[in-house]
Amino acid sequence: MSHSPSTSTTTDAVAADRVARPSRVAPQRRRHSLTTRRQHRAAYLFILPFFVIFLTMLVVPLVYAGYLSLFESRLIGGEQFAGLANYARAFADPSFWGGLGRVALFLVIQVPIMLGLALFFALALDTGRARGSRSIRLLIFMPYAVPAVIATLMWGYLYGPDFGPLAQVARGVGWGTPDFLSPGNILGSMMNIVTWEFIGYNMIIMYAALRAIPAELYEAAEIEGAGQFRIAWSIKIPSIRPAILLTVIFSVIGSFQLFNEPSLLNAIAPDAITNSFTPNYYAYNLAFINRELNYAAAIAFLLGLVIAVVSYVVQLGEQRREQRERKGL
Amino acid sequence: MTSLETRAVVTGRPARTPRRLRRYVPAKRRSWLLTVLLWLCVLYFVLPLWWLLVASTKDTSALFSTFGLWFAPEFSLGDNLVELFTVRGGLFARWLLNTVVYAVVSAVGATVLSAMAGYAFAKYEFPGQKALFSITLGAVMIPLTALALPTYLLFARAGLTDTPWSIIIPSLVSPFGVYLMRVYAADAIPDSLVEAARVDGAGEFRIFWQVGLRLLGPGLVTVFLFSLVGTWNNYFLPLIMLNTSELYPITVGLAQLQSAASAGGGSQAVFSTVITGSFVSILPLVIAFLFLQRYWQSGLGTGGVKG
Repeated sequence: MSHSPSTSTTTDAVAADRVARPSRVAPQRRRHSLTTRRQHRAAYLFILPFFVIFLTMLVVPLVYAGYLSLFESRLIGGEQFAGLANYARAFADPSFWGGLGRVALFLVIQVPIMLGLALFFALALDTGRARGSRSIRLLIFMPYAVPAVIATLMWGYLYGPDFGPLAQVARGVGWGTPDFLSPGNILGSMMNIVTWEFIGYNMIIMYAALRAIPAELYEAAEIEGAGQFRIAWSIKIPSIRPAILLTVIFSVIGSFQLFNEPSLLNAIAPDAITNSFTPNYYAYNLAFINRELNYAAAIAFLLGLVIAVVSYVVQLGEQRREQRERKGL
Repeated sequence: MTSLETRAVVTGRPARTPRRLRRYVPAKRRSWLLTVLLWLCVLYFVLPLWWLLVASTKDTSALFSTFGLWFAPEFSLGDNLVELFTVRGGLFARWLLNTVVYAVVSAVGATVLSAMAGYAFAKYEFPGQKALFSITLGAVMIPLTALALPTYLLFARAGLTDTPWSIIIPSLVSPFGVYLMRVYAADAIPDSLVEAARVDGAGEFRIFWQVGLRLLGPGLVTVFLFSLVGTWNNYFLPLIMLNTSELYPITVGLAQLQSAASAGGGSQAVFSTVITGSFVSILPLVIAFLFLQRYWQSGLGTGGVKG
């Protein structure tokens, strides 16, 4: 916000000019529609750059993916129109369903834990009763600044049976060497990585929303001696429901797109991670390893559809609940 | 009065800071229990990073032979750094530079595009506004996966794969950024100020540039930082777009080093290189977040409210 003398003097001059000749707004009507039109044009110019890139980077690829998914590449005859054959194949593909199942498991276990903890931290910090709240907030958020790739590599080492400190501690206590990378544990280990990374991010969104609640809303309750838990449950959480919904939707989208964790852990735990561990990883392997572009496009498209439907259902549920509540009042 | 306001903005003095309602602060009763509990939880977030810091000061043999959460008698950070920046002919420095360029260019671009669009959505009324904004919001839900593959094929056709553009152009679109800027602009830029500037005879673009942008500070920092992190952390897109290792960002480069290390090949020295590289690569973002925390936190504050 630097002070620039030249602009300030010009505005001054314009202002002085306006004061000197106040009757400048003569033919009101015509001028009005003219300015409206000029403002419309300005608005379109402002949004144009975004929408040009938006169209080319989001809409065109989406349409193209849909188009690709309708073809099949055959050894003889090359690209051929296949209708919905790729989709039919996906519906009968246990690898696709397996990946989707793992993601669903992730969704019902990891997301509630992560968001529950994030909400707890946000509420706890909002009460302002802990010493060093500011530092706590920043330290919890810090993992978000760590790239998922680095986080996965790092946790891969931490989980490692040789020099991983977790195994070292477990051995030291006499629990033997836990195998975090076994086929049975790997999904849980992955949940931990994602939780570690994103609690802070979600906490910050909720915390920011808490800070924006006008204090009057719970001032009275606090003065009358309502406990912090009561205030959190009855006033604070309902007030920040939109922010919580936002974190839920982001987490749903994020879970369905899991890619980094399986693809990187695959290097150290190849037995535990199949090439279809998550749908996203499956689509990648189909496209770039198996060279089945059309089928990969169909999987990607289906996945997108599933995400859109789930996010929509989440939002719809929230809207219904809101309406019910409004009627109840 | 109106010209006074405009001037206040131009000189950078806030004319009307939209202050939030004063918070009721109960007599600062500190809770001993809560403090201990929260600090214990902080360990979970910090210890892995502490391990990374400690591990980056060890050579590979110490990595295997000493306790993970404390330093080895021998301090090898210097050697590790030298090794890191000389491995494969100094490729790591190149990756670092690539990451910075991709992330900064994308973030600046995304912030400018989001600010312009968000400002227009907040401060103008124009035909098609609602529809366009709904489309933008809906796009938040489009999974990257559905896009990455066809984007790759489109770029391949345009001859753009394996160029920096294949990373930067897709990163310029930030529907969430537009949403955040719209909410923020609606709050932070009073209509009266825009009107005043218009009466003063300023053009629409000049109003945006000189009045709007100045009031959007924290919102801009928020969108900038989150786009920066988005591109900095991106792995999937560069993984499929780039083939030349000279063009890799750190994420893809380190992942490649790591898979070389796990595949064995006898080169166990690579473990300490990967770990030191990981440590070095998270420093810039951590520092950026620390320095700019005041701005991005207040920026998110406005964005999160109307969620």
